[in-house]
Amino acid sequence: MLQNFDIEWKIALIDSVGSNALLAAATILIIHTLGFYRPANKNYFYLLVWCVVISIIWTASVKFGLISLFEENESYKTFLMRSIPVRFDMAFLVIGCSVIMSMLWYNLEEKKYMETRKSDAEKLARDAELYKLRQQLQPHFLFNSLNSISALAGNQPEQARKMIQQLSDFLRGALKKEDYQLTTLSEELQHLQLYLDMEKMRFGHRLSTEINHDENSLQFLIPPMLLQPIVENAIKFGLYDTTDNITIRINAKTFDQYLEITVQNPFDPETSAPKHGTGFGLSSVQRRLYLLFARTDLVSTSVKENIFSTKVKIPRNDINDTYR
Amino acid sequence: MISTILIDDEPLARVIIKEYAEAFPQLTIVQECNDGFEGLKAIMQHKPQLIFLDVQMPKINGFEMLELIEEPPSVIFVTAFDEYAIKAFESHAIDYLLKPFSRERFNKAIEKFLEQSENSGPPVQSIPDSISLSPQQRQRVVVKTGGKIKIIPIDDIHYFEAADDYVRIHTKEGGFLKNRTMAHFEKSLDANIFVRTHRSFIVNVQQITRIDPYEKESWIAILKNGTQVSVSKSGHARLKQVLGL
Repeated sequence: MLQNFDIEWKIALIDSVGSNALLAAATILIIHTLGFYRPANKNYFYLLVWCVVISIIWTASVKFGLISLFEENESYKTFLMRSIPVRFDMAFLVIGCSVIMSMLWYNLEEKKYMETRKSDAEKLARDAELYKLRQQLQPHFLFNSLNSISALAGNQPEQARKMIQQLSDFLRGALKKEDYQLTTLSEELQHLQLYLDMEKMRFGHRLSTEINHDENSLQFLIPPMLLQPIVENAIKFGLYDTTDNITIRINAKTFDQYLEITVQNPFDPETSAPKHGTGFGLSSVQRRLYLLFARTDLVSTSVKENIFSTKVKIPRNDINDTYR
Repeated sequence: MISTILIDDEPLARVIIKEYAEAFPQLTIVQECNDGFEGLKAIMQHKPQLIFLDVQMPKINGFEMLELIEEPPSVIFVTAFDEYAIKAFESHAIDYLLKPFSRERFNKAIEKFLEQSENSGPPVQSIPDSISLSPQQRQRVVVKTGGKIKIIPIDDIHYFEAADDYVRIHTKEGGFLKNRTMAHFEKSLDANIFVRTHRSFIVNVQQITRIDPYEKESWIAILKNGTQVSVSKSGHARLKQVLGL
């Protein structure tokens, strides 16, 4: 065909290199653009228009570029003018194909990314769930209680049965409770009592408890299992920091705007650093209250002689108003 | 007869060991103890061949109690700690029983003990470090002074000094000896607070007020109470790193 038009191979080379380079640039440009912006809702009509426009621009620039280069060569000019439709078709085909391929590739990438994100989120949720479950079950407490039951089963089967009952009630209560449903203080104290009874069974005469509350406080609504970690902390702190018998005191008092619960345990000021008190248990209580009430000042600890106190304030909220 | 001592702060946990132990007439339980203090006293008094030891106990834990005994008896740990934690000190004891445990598992532990004591007299065991139990660095050091046990919070320690086979722990209340190595303390304490300044010294950096040059490639650290502690070339480099110089 080149011979027919009587065109030098040099010109043909420049023609093909120039137009192909331009075509490659156009393709790269459009692929790159698609990386940042893809039409929403699978609106492929726009893409088609795009392809046509870019092909026209390409054909035009090839035409004018080559004509200006070889103005003297009449036979080449004829060839160029005649080949314009073919060139346009070729360009449209190449650009169209690369757009389709890059769209497919980008969609696949996006899907992959979405999937990783989804599985990451699922893993996080699962971890949180597991963590919560582990918190509720408290393996150390659970295994020690089971060991006590195993010991009781030998000589005091009635006691063993009772402890199995307590443990079941405690676990059932812990699993049932949802974070967002509030519970009354009286329910919370009942649940706590199960826990305390089992701990007393384990530690025998070393542990005693004293619970005081005013009349109004029993119907006050609080987040479920809020006191559990605080009391656990107090028992652990009290029992493992002294060798004496200890009393854990729990006090609930209603005020105008809030309910105040104080948990006290003895400790040995000589051997324990004060930082002991702000353990993991307390920070989780603080976090929960912050999420519920958006306040960071609801948990406080204090030390007086050999007594460590944790004070929790629970603001009176809308639901509590009905009990006024 | 094999004299045995039970050390566990939960009475019911001792009940079950006693019950299972009845199947082995050669085991004689000479005493039951509620905590490490009682345990230590009973071990000194009775010199038992075997002890059942809980880990989590009041004031001093099972490991800390063992640290205070020059020649500890054979130990079977009895604990509710999870398996991962217990693997860390598995090699240091005859066996470990995870609460709650079956009679079969208990029998296996006793048989392991009997086997070992028949074969090689008292079994070889090393004292575990309490650090292997928890990821956090240790917060206190337990020492024996006179007949008493003293718990020293690490903040009260000024510096450690090598003293033959012992380490002398210097505090504001004076010095206490402990039968451990310098390397043990260097490893188990927070390296950002306790720095090995010299072959013979580990210093609490919070106590240092000044570091003066002494001779060529040696320095002297002066503590808040005026004590002077030697600093070697490598010790000086470590100090500089910790203090951010």
